[in-house]
Amino acid sequence: MKIPLRRALVGGLMALATGAAASDSVELLNVSYDPTRELWRDLNGSFTDQYRKEKGVAVTVKQSHGGSSAQARAVIEGLEADVVTLASTIDTDAIAQRGLITGDWVKRLPNNSLPYTSTIVFVVRKGNPKGIRDWPDLVKPGVEVITPNPKTSGNGYLSFFSAWGSVVLRGGSRQAAIDYVTKLYRQVPVLDSGARGAAITFVQREMGDVHLAWENEARLEVAEARGDLDIVYPPISIRAEPHVALVDANVDRKKTRAVADAYLRYLYTDAAQQIIARHFYRPTNEAVLKAHAATFPALRMFSIKEIALDFPDAHKQFIAEGGVFDKIYRPR
Amino acid sequence: MTRMKRRVLPGFPLSLGYTLFYLSVLVVIPILACFSKAGSLTAAQFRDAVWTERTRAAYALTFGTSFAAAAVNLALGLLIAWVLVRYRFPGRRLMDALIDLPLALPTAVGGLVYASLYVKKGWLGQYLAPLGIQAAYSRLAIVLVLVFIGLPFVVRTVQPVLEDLDAEAEEAAASLGATRWQSFRRVILPPLYPALLTGFALAFARSLGEYGSVVFVSGNMPYKTEIAPVLIVARLEEYAYGEATAIAVVLLVVSFVMLVVINALERWSRRSEAHA
Repeated sequence: MKIPLRRALVGGLMALATGAAASDSVELLNVSYDPTRELWRDLNGSFTDQYRKEKGVAVTVKQSHGGSSAQARAVIEGLEADVVTLASTIDTDAIAQRGLITGDWVKRLPNNSLPYTSTIVFVVRKGNPKGIRDWPDLVKPGVEVITPNPKTSGNGYLSFFSAWGSVVLRGGSRQAAIDYVTKLYRQVPVLDSGARGAAITFVQREMGDVHLAWENEARLEVAEARGDLDIVYPPISIRAEPHVALVDANVDRKKTRAVADAYLRYLYTDAAQQIIARHFYRPTNEAVLKAHAATFPALRMFSIKEIALDFPDAHKQFIAEGGVFDKIYRPR
Repeated sequence: MTRMKRRVLPGFPLSLGYTLFYLSVLVVIPILACFSKAGSLTAAQFRDAVWTERTRAAYALTFGTSFAAAAVNLALGLLIAWVLVRYRFPGRRLMDALIDLPLALPTAVGGLVYASLYVKKGWLGQYLAPLGIQAAYSRLAIVLVLVFIGLPFVVRTVQPVLEDLDAEAEEAAASLGATRWQSFRRVILPPLYPALLTGFALAFARSLGEYGSVVFVSGNMPYKTEIAPVLIVARLEEYAYGEATAIAVVLLVVSFVMLVVINALERWSRRSEAHA
């Protein structure tokens, strides 16, 4: 009895010393944002099956979810993520700026490291009683708009960027855009701190006439309401870019680069793209997107580059301290 | 009142050593880290971060609503403690156990429940809306939820003192011709002052840092219902760690000063009680 135990202990110590790469099971940590729990559970299951069949290696992918920027801060502070799959470039970029992700990371994977994109759409009450079809309809008198606080929520600032782009990309001046967003946020009765809070305000509290939501959340919201809510696609909205990236500093230390890279590349396979589409995220593979054309109506999804240099720049100009958003509210 | 003074732990230096160790690991070091992070800003940056019209409105709101909620809890807590100690009725034990529930409940849940009850279409809000009272997404909503969060503190500090209080003193006061109000004010209340102040301070301090529940009921409108902790989160969202901690430092310093003042008041009232 004694010897096997000692052997097991020694073996265990050796496994610890040589690191995970030496054994034939690997554990990855995927640090992601809030609403993607179910998406990644399905993708992880499918990836680990395929990887075990092809390489004979058992991979376990652990998931961590939370507010996108809080998750980025956790990785910066030392959470050992192998890959990050956050809601916005702003958050991935913050990690890269601290040297944890290196080089021209956006270019390392296909489609600028975007396995899927998403956008902001409208959810309205049954039958769309206020006749909301497009962005200008949101500032009609008597329309109440539900969208989270752009200062504390990704959904929040994407709504703001969409609203801004809907003016300047259709010939409006900067001043016209400022006037529009000022009017718009006067019609927002509550600035919830996050996407989930705003959804609760709109659905459960029955406040507001229109909810500016992530497309995938909007689809689930409307499905769960069983006919009480409708989805409306505005003609134009932002192209949200939830990049995926290897965290170089962590995969090199944990010696998991090969598996982590295979994991991220797997997201571009047809099988993974199908799973992505089923969860209402827009696959970047054109063929798969076309096959789901009924699920994803066409609209003009403008790039952040059309209204700013990039997402971090847009956040700085419009949302951060002293930006356009701060000028909407005045002390009373 | 004549409780024996006996040290339960052997060795004063040892227990003091432990106390200092835990206090520094749990409290002092994190607070120092907070100060040093804020210290990475220049004086001008610090001032710009902590002293704008918006932050001033948020401090006023945070301290104002916390104070109001603690004041309500002072009265409400005393009443509840009185009922629990002085009367025997069915369900008393259940009620007693309920008092601590706000401590156990995740505060976000409290905030969500309060918001859904008090919105225009909520169970309670539907009756308040016609009266012109907006009890969700307003300052009133913040006070309401902070009263909920701070409820246990006054009750639990006052309760044991009230239990120790001799009913004979009241009977004596009554037999000497004191009115009910007089015996309440002159006989019952004075020994309770220190406990009431402690409870008030605890409830107040607890409310200052409350974030989870308030963000769900306040509506977070700048200048109106935006509490200081929301501004801290907003700055963190910009990865502006220094500015975020600067606001935290202001909250800490003001809270600390207020707690010192309340503690001094408590000691003073205890001493004047002893002399009386």
